[in-house]
Amino acid sequence: MFENFVVPNLLPALPELFLTTMALVILMLDLVVKSPRRTPIFVLTQATLVVCALIQLVTSTGEVAFTFSNMFVDDLMADVLKFFLYATVIVVLFYSRGYVLDREPMAKGEFYVLALFATLGMMVMISANHFLTLYLGLELLSLSLYAMVAMNRDSVVSTEAAMKYFVLGALASGMLLYGMSMIYGATGTLEITELTMRLASGGANKSVLIFGLVFLVAGLAFKLGVVPFHMWIPDVYHGAPTGVTLFIGSAPKLAAFAIVMRLLVSGLWTLAADWQNMLMILAVLSMAVGNLAAIAQTNLKRMLAYSAISHMGFMLLGIVTGVVARKSGGPDPVLALNAYSSAMFYVLAYVMMTACAFGMILLLARAGFEADELEDFKGLNKRSPWFAGMMLIVMFSMAGIPFFIGFFAKFSVLQAVVISGQYWLAIVAVIFSLIGAFYYLRVVKIMYFDAPVDTTPIAAPLDMRVLVSANGLAIALFGIFPQWLMSICAAALKNSL
Amino acid sequence: MSSYPLLSLAIWIPIFAGLIVLLTGSDRNAPLARGLALLGAVLGFVVTIPLWMGFNISNGGMQFVEVTSWIPRFSINYHLGVDGISMLFVLLNSFITITVVLAGWQVIEEKVAQYNAAFLIMSGLMNGIFCALDGVLFYVFFEASLIPLYLIIGVWGGPNRVYAAFKFFLYTLAGSLLFLIALIYLFVQSGYSFSILDWHQLPLPMNAQIWLFLAFLVAFAVKVPMWPVHTWLPDAHVEAPTGGSVVLAAIALKLGAYGFLRFSLPIAPDASHHLSGFVITLSLIAVVYIGFVALVQQDMKKLVAYSSISHMGFVTLGFFMFSAIGIEGALIQMISHGFVSGAMFLCIGVMYDRMHSRQIADYGGVVNTMPKFAALFMLFAMANSGLPATSGFVGEFMVILGAVKFNFWVAFIAATTMIVGAAYTLWMYKRVIFGDVANDHVAELKDINAREFFVLALLAACVLWMGVYPLPFTDVMHASVNDLLQHVANSKIK
Repeated sequence: MFENFVVPNLLPALPELFLTTMALVILMLDLVVKSPRRTPIFVLTQATLVVCALIQLVTSTGEVAFTFSNMFVDDLMADVLKFFLYATVIVVLFYSRGYVLDREPMAKGEFYVLALFATLGMMVMISANHFLTLYLGLELLSLSLYAMVAMNRDSVVSTEAAMKYFVLGALASGMLLYGMSMIYGATGTLEITELTMRLASGGANKSVLIFGLVFLVAGLAFKLGVVPFHMWIPDVYHGAPTGVTLFIGSAPKLAAFAIVMRLLVSGLWTLAADWQNMLMILAVLSMAVGNLAAIAQTNLKRMLAYSAISHMGFMLLGIVTGVVARKSGGPDPVLALNAYSSAMFYVLAYVMMTACAFGMILLLARAGFEADELEDFKGLNKRSPWFAGMMLIVMFSMAGIPFFIGFFAKFSVLQAVVISGQYWLAIVAVIFSLIGAFYYLRVVKIMYFDAPVDTTPIAAPLDMRVLVSANGLAIALFGIFPQWLMSICAAALKNSL
Repeated sequence: MSSYPLLSLAIWIPIFAGLIVLLTGSDRNAPLARGLALLGAVLGFVVTIPLWMGFNISNGGMQFVEVTSWIPRFSINYHLGVDGISMLFVLLNSFITITVVLAGWQVIEEKVAQYNAAFLIMSGLMNGIFCALDGVLFYVFFEASLIPLYLIIGVWGGPNRVYAAFKFFLYTLAGSLLFLIALIYLFVQSGYSFSILDWHQLPLPMNAQIWLFLAFLVAFAVKVPMWPVHTWLPDAHVEAPTGGSVVLAAIALKLGAYGFLRFSLPIAPDASHHLSGFVITLSLIAVVYIGFVALVQQDMKKLVAYSSISHMGFVTLGFFMFSAIGIEGALIQMISHGFVSGAMFLCIGVMYDRMHSRQIADYGGVVNTMPKFAALFMLFAMANSGLPATSGFVGEFMVILGAVKFNFWVAFIAATTMIVGAAYTLWMYKRVIFGDVANDHVAELKDINAREFFVLALLAACVLWMGVYPLPFTDVMHASVNDLLQHVANSKIK
């Protein structure tokens, strides 16, 4: 009966397998751990992620390896993105630890297990070479996140945010599935590499394909959080417990970037002329709505939510222009690589900045005090010049002012846009970053020019202080020496295009 | 030539000194912070002296060049060098930093470390702007220098400081973002090079040159500032603390003018010729109209701010007549304005520290209680109105000479500044200093102390030196200005 069964090569999926095992082990262990601080669970979770990162480093060959009947791919892009994913999740869990402990309903082992499952979902998304794998990863991530948002169950805003997230997220997943089914109908395959070949050979019904593509792009746009599919972002960012907002706002952007690359750039590049126009509109709208709406916010988490929308719009510009480069004058892999690696650099820079921004909110938060209003940062320079300095770095970096990494992120995307000859797009992008600069400057103003309202000394533990400082300094350091990160991005995408 | 990386030292010594000052932390260590800041500023100035000493005046090209690869991904280099145009500004900037640190010595009592650190870091960044020969390096310094000035205005400024700080930041950022696109455009056109010197040789069609010129114009016109994008400057000046005003007037305004010489003229020479009439018109409006605006000001700082705009109009006028005497005159005017306007703001600061008012109406008869101060202030007021034997005269005279050759009516209109400039400066001086003691507050004024005297005397010496014997300054410029003019005379349209 099993004569046709071939044991798949498990090596490319080793980190995923290890993480799954450990997540289950930790879930069991949580039953016997008595300590209310859940220290063993926390340590084990972090250790798991560190070991995953090590496995990723050791098993990375630089070759493209398929496994599980070509449903799963392990290439350099996956390795690099997963490595940064582990690093991000480790940092995120450190940041949110104190916050979670202060809030009774969340201070459970499940928080860490859910975080691990969400990470697993993102890993599967990053390595998906099949529509179903991709969908599975996405759902694993989303379901874990819905639960995490709702975990602080006594909070009305959190529960409401979880409901909104769930309903809209389910809708978006539905759209994505519908789009996938259309494309399956037109081509007869769900496997991404196979799909590319079938599309290239022609013969598929174009109108069905485009119909499917629209739904696919809508679903992706929802997951990325770009206008007009952004409605959930402000509410969820605002309503979710800050420790979870940090999680939602950082690591999933890496996975979202990966699925855009896999689905649109690798899978559907023959339809580039179509999705490129769609993405361009989404990008411009996101920059406009994100930056303008952020000005009106008084809540820092909400402001960062709108800022996330605008940043994702900016990042999309890199993806859009890569295809233009490919289209005009035949395929140009050098320019395409330039554009996509710029977008990837942008995502990495954004994740780094956003982690530090939410890290600062968590640093100031205490039991019963969220520190998420702009007012709560008043006069921070008087209370703690050092951490005001860190927040200053993050804000100027997000505004795209040198010498911080945000400048080179914007710079590399802009150069890709200018190379593609779309000057008007570059001009629109800089005009909206100018508008965006206003609300970042306002945060600096609140910290430096205003007198403090709250004079309580900062009570965060030492590890938190060290980590936030390291994160802030990294933003400055990579802003002065961005070459290393840039070349990693370029190398990572070389084999995946 | 010296083997030390002098330019790097001139940039990074103040920046690292600033970071060290920042580490002294709270105001309990204020004396230490002040001492370290002064040490850093003096050291920063000392390393620039060999630039002057070792400068080869017969060489119009770049000297003290340093090139290291910085971001190979975009072939961005850490490329520094100075020529006769930029070298003097590095010295001026490093010198002004010392006076600024001294000027804030007793006045600034809150967040002393941060105050001094901001000025030191800004000084290093400004040196970076003048030395950078790589487009991105230039832009990075250009933008980064906004951060310390934003904080200086916003933290230590006057009652309306928040508005002024935002206006300053957003105005300048708005100008420079288009500039960034222009830089990337040149990067693509030149076959992926960010070297400014490569761009000088790059042939460009006329319409591309015009777009580039306009993008540069927006960036630099805001910074200079030229009429009609000057409105941020009076606000920034009025609200900034004394040190901030000094740096703004003495150095920050020069960045825009310097940008014209480093970018606009050599990269888009045909467009520069084509649009010179436009720029000259704007300059003349600044010279005359802003001069009259200065005449009616009630606030001393605002008056000097408008006078700065008017004087900078002279600078852009000098540049766009494409003659050696015009450009050299404009450069001399820039340096002289650095000393004079810096000194004017210091003088106003001296009075403000005692009276906490900048309104002309609150003063009168200050000479009776502050004779030493009145004498020094007199010298700077005279220099500001362009009296011969002060530095203010040399530059204006050279520009007017150039203008006479260029077009009589341009020269005629420009020359009216000699009258208007004298009118607003001296009238202000008369109302503030002369006459009977106006009120009890003036009667209680104490004359300047040794520190204030030292700072002002230092600047006075510079003003007189440049006024009486400007030859060393023009000698440095000759070769570079001639090279620039020859370069600009050749069309780049192929």
